[in-house]
Amino acid sequence: MESLAKVLKEHPFLEGLEQRHIDFITGCGSNVVFKKDEFLFREGDEANHFYFIRHGKIIIETYIPQKGPIAIQTRETGDVTGWSWLIPPYRWHFDARAVELTRAIALDGKCLRGKMDEDHELGYELMRRFARLMAQRLEATRMQLFDVYGGNTKE
Amino acid sequence: MAEIQKNKKAIGFKDDPMMPRQFMIQRFRRDTVDTFSMELKPVSGPKKFDFKPGQFNMIYVFGVGEVPISISGDPTRPEKLVHTTRAVGNVTKAMDSLKSGRTLGVRGPLGTSWPVEEAEGNDVVLVAGGIGMAPLRPVMYYLLAHRENYGKIVLLYGARTPSDILYQKELEKWRSRLDLEVHITVDRGTGSWRGNVGVVTNLIGRAPFDHLNCTAMVCGPEIMMRFSALGLQKRGVEPADIYVSMERNMKCGIGLCGHCQMGPLFVCKDGPVFRYSDIKEIFTRREY
Repeated sequence: MESLAKVLKEHPFLEGLEQRHIDFITGCGSNVVFKKDEFLFREGDEANHFYFIRHGKIIIETYIPQKGPIAIQTRETGDVTGWSWLIPPYRWHFDARAVELTRAIALDGKCLRGKMDEDHELGYELMRRFARLMAQRLEATRMQLFDVYGGNTKE
Repeated sequence: MAEIQKNKKAIGFKDDPMMPRQFMIQRFRRDTVDTFSMELKPVSGPKKFDFKPGQFNMIYVFGVGEVPISISGDPTRPEKLVHTTRAVGNVTKAMDSLKSGRTLGVRGPLGTSWPVEEAEGNDVVLVAGGIGMAPLRPVMYYLLAHRENYGKIVLLYGARTPSDILYQKELEKWRSRLDLEVHITVDRGTGSWRGNVGVVTNLIGRAPFDHLNCTAMVCGPEIMMRFSALGLQKRGVEPADIYVSMERNMKCGIGLCGHCQMGPLFVCKDGPVFRYSDIKEIFTRREY
């Protein structure tokens, strides 16, 4: 568990968090490994975890009938992924699949949700960090929607 | 007339800068479904075409019109003039239908260049989006020809889909080098693509470079350059160490006609490569 604590303590996402909070979060964590093409989570399933990717690459995708899976974004080593555990109805909105062997720390969101309700300071600190993460994702998604590389150059 | 002479002199022209030289298409290569490269050879006169990375030429399709196109070839091999462009308007569509052996008019090289010499000793980060890879390719050639003069070299490249990635073979070659960091992402992952999906600005956050000793060169659609400059600044890169290449409706190429005016600047003469800190204020203004 010591190495898990070290990884989480040194992760930029949790930078500035009090030791007691990191200790609690570490208690909710476990090491997980996903083989290539194994799913971390599936759309519609209950969302009770989020992940610190220690090594590897995953893809967030959605399945469109007649079209197959559509890739939305990739997450790599060092990224944090998953926030559906934080927002009711706690269901995943997309699939997440490992595109190569991926090692991660899975955090038990259900356990954290309870603790965040009791300890508002921890709740605020985590919400603040996830809000920043969501803002980054939203900004990136908007840019993807702009389709900036489309053939719209004037001559 | 005096102004024309002054501008000619400032640009370093010995001959009339409005007079195109004839070049023959020696090789025509389709890079993607709507993008192509042409290797040009002078019909007469000097065989070498010296240029600096980031400069452009005005390319004239006789009887159709003239357009500015960045030089995408190797500045250390001036005997080969290469242009890559996308077929989007009348002139480039006409160009797209030309075959090897046909002639074009060329005026140039024009404009400012990427600061490859000023960047010596620094880490160099290149952020390219879409067709913006073309004006940055000469920088890669230059950096690789003078590899020992630079710290880390990082290329971050974003394209629309995997099939829109330019210079795929070269990128593969560069990716396999141990002294280069090449990261590619696409906005839409399709088919068997196993690489990154997401915007190019996502790559900036995790790119390995020293923000205190770094020169960043960004080329792509304006909105992508804006967000890339923001991303680089978030990483601690100073606006004075960020360079962008602007695109405007250039006609004369020598700062006379005013078509490419951007605030107090003429993109053709004062640019296309600008230090971000110099144009930061006008970069996001709608009227420019």
